Amino acid sequence: MPKPNRQEFIFTLPSLGWLILFFAFPGLLTLTLAFHVSDLRGGVAQEWTLETVLALADPVYLPMIWRTLWISTLTTASCLALALPMSWHLAKLTPRWRNALLLLVILPFLTNFLIRIFAWRSLLHPEGPVKQILLWLHVVKEETLLLNNASAVLLVMIYTQLPFAILPLYAAAEKFDFRLIDAARDLGASGWQAFRRVFLPGVRQGILSAGLIVFVCSLGQYVIPQFIGGTADELLGNKIVQRAFSDRNLPLACALAGALLLAVLAMGTLAKLLFKERSSSCLAKRTDTP
Amino acid sequence: MKASRLPLLVTALVLLFLHAPLVVLVVNSFNASRFGGSWESFTFKWYEKLWEADEIWESMLITLQVATCATLAAVFLGTLAALALHRHRSWLKTTHQTLVTLPLALPDILMGMSLLAMFVALGVETGMLTLWIAHTTFCLSYVTMVVLARLQDFDFTLLDAARDLGASRWQAVRRVLLPLLLPGILAGGLLAFTLSIDDYVITFFVSGPGTTTLPLRVASMMKTSRSLPMINALSTLMIASTFLLATVSFRLQRRNRRA
Repeated sequence: MPKPNRQEFIFTLPSLGWLILFFAFPGLLTLTLAFHVSDLRGGVAQEWTLETVLALADPVYLPMIWRTLWISTLTTASCLALALPMSWHLAKLTPRWRNALLLLVILPFLTNFLIRIFAWRSLLHPEGPVKQILLWLHVVKEETLLLNNASAVLLVMIYTQLPFAILPLYAAAEKFDFRLIDAARDLGASGWQAFRRVFLPGVRQGILSAGLIVFVCSLGQYVIPQFIGGTADELLGNKIVQRAFSDRNLPLACALAGALLLAVLAMGTLAKLLFKERSSSCLAKRTDTP
Repeated sequence: MKASRLPLLVTALVLLFLHAPLVVLVVNSFNASRFGGSWESFTFKWYEKLWEADEIWESMLITLQVATCATLAAVFLGTLAALALHRHRSWLKTTHQTLVTLPLALPDILMGMSLLAMFVALGVETGMLTLWIAHTTFCLSYVTMVVLARLQDFDFTLLDAARDLGASRWQAVRRVLLPLLLPGILAGGLLAFTLSIDDYVITFFVSGPGTTTLPLRVASMMKTSRSLPMINALSTLMIASTFLLATVSFRLQRRNRRA
């Protein structure tokens, strides 16, 4: 690897310096604050202690962590299930249509996050249109509540994360050679077999990155459970916010956030290693066969 | 052998799913009914109420101030970062690249929480300054990515050609590189501006008394049912401006790619 020259230093330093000061340093500080306790005024005491980290083992956190994991897993699975056929369809379209549809995917995603949550809140409201339609269809009873439960949280999580799944999957599908599907069909595969045995392995990098993005973003959610879910649907993010603001216990908030940070970094590293291994083994296979 | 219609069907349903809530919101902003379960009559009264709500316009002003300052800083830092990342291949680049891409891969709550922890630990009062720092930090990575994507298509031999024809280094940058890069820089800036206006997750952690941005205001309005129809009207205006900004940005990026 070459040594950096003067020009590179000049161009790199402003943004690198900014990111070290306001991204890397606060991140490391969060991890170190977890080894302190809060003082009585909501600040941080000087002494080093394991007390805060050990407090994470408290059984009250277990159901909440479990809930965060399964809601994130379901969100990821649903987003992938919807985004896979969609990316297939987008990749086969003419560029004109494709760009128009991509813009349609991006637009709601750029619309204010809170407004999208608000839209769902009014849709699912007891007096709102979804309830009226479902009542008219006799799907729900008058007393059924559509809001403030785990399914509502899941629905809105899928709604907000879907574009994060569609865009990387589309990027992978665009590079996929669809003649392979024709070849598989010619050789007698059914449409489903061709999709599962040829298309899915072909876009696996897209699946991996889409899945990872959606899963990681879901793990840190706190706004959706706060506005869409009930008190029984709180996720890890809500606990971080409560510890930081309601309880004014900054070290405990930092310990929770630090645990999330380490978990996400570990997952990212694992995914990277996994993918490197798989692609290098594929490469090895390819060079083996003449 | 017939191609399956399932992908088409899923695509149509997903687009409906993505847009229907927003359409209902826009329609209800003209609905005299408070909850919008049924259509009562056409009205502009929610817009009139919105116009009279001074605290919303104050929040709007704060939001625009923060977005403008953060965009300017992020565009400056991000363009330099993109040039550095594109041109060089040293250990410095590897570190730099990791730090630029990492914020995109982490949940936003972590950036909010860690910045709050830092400001508390250093005894910095939360307010305009902390908002600006936070917004610049999360916009920086996005701007870098957009400008970097444009740089991939840029033919650097043009700079050598300009130098051969007698341009100074600065002239080559100003008259050749910047004009060709401008659509990318503008697109990155627009994206940063949109993201900054929209942000709630990080803003929630680092805003202080007197710096209630628009998303924070909307959040507090959502807690009182009285002002709900007003949010419909406000949302419609925000959706319209987002669509406008995004379409312009999308066009800019595509035109640059074609050039």
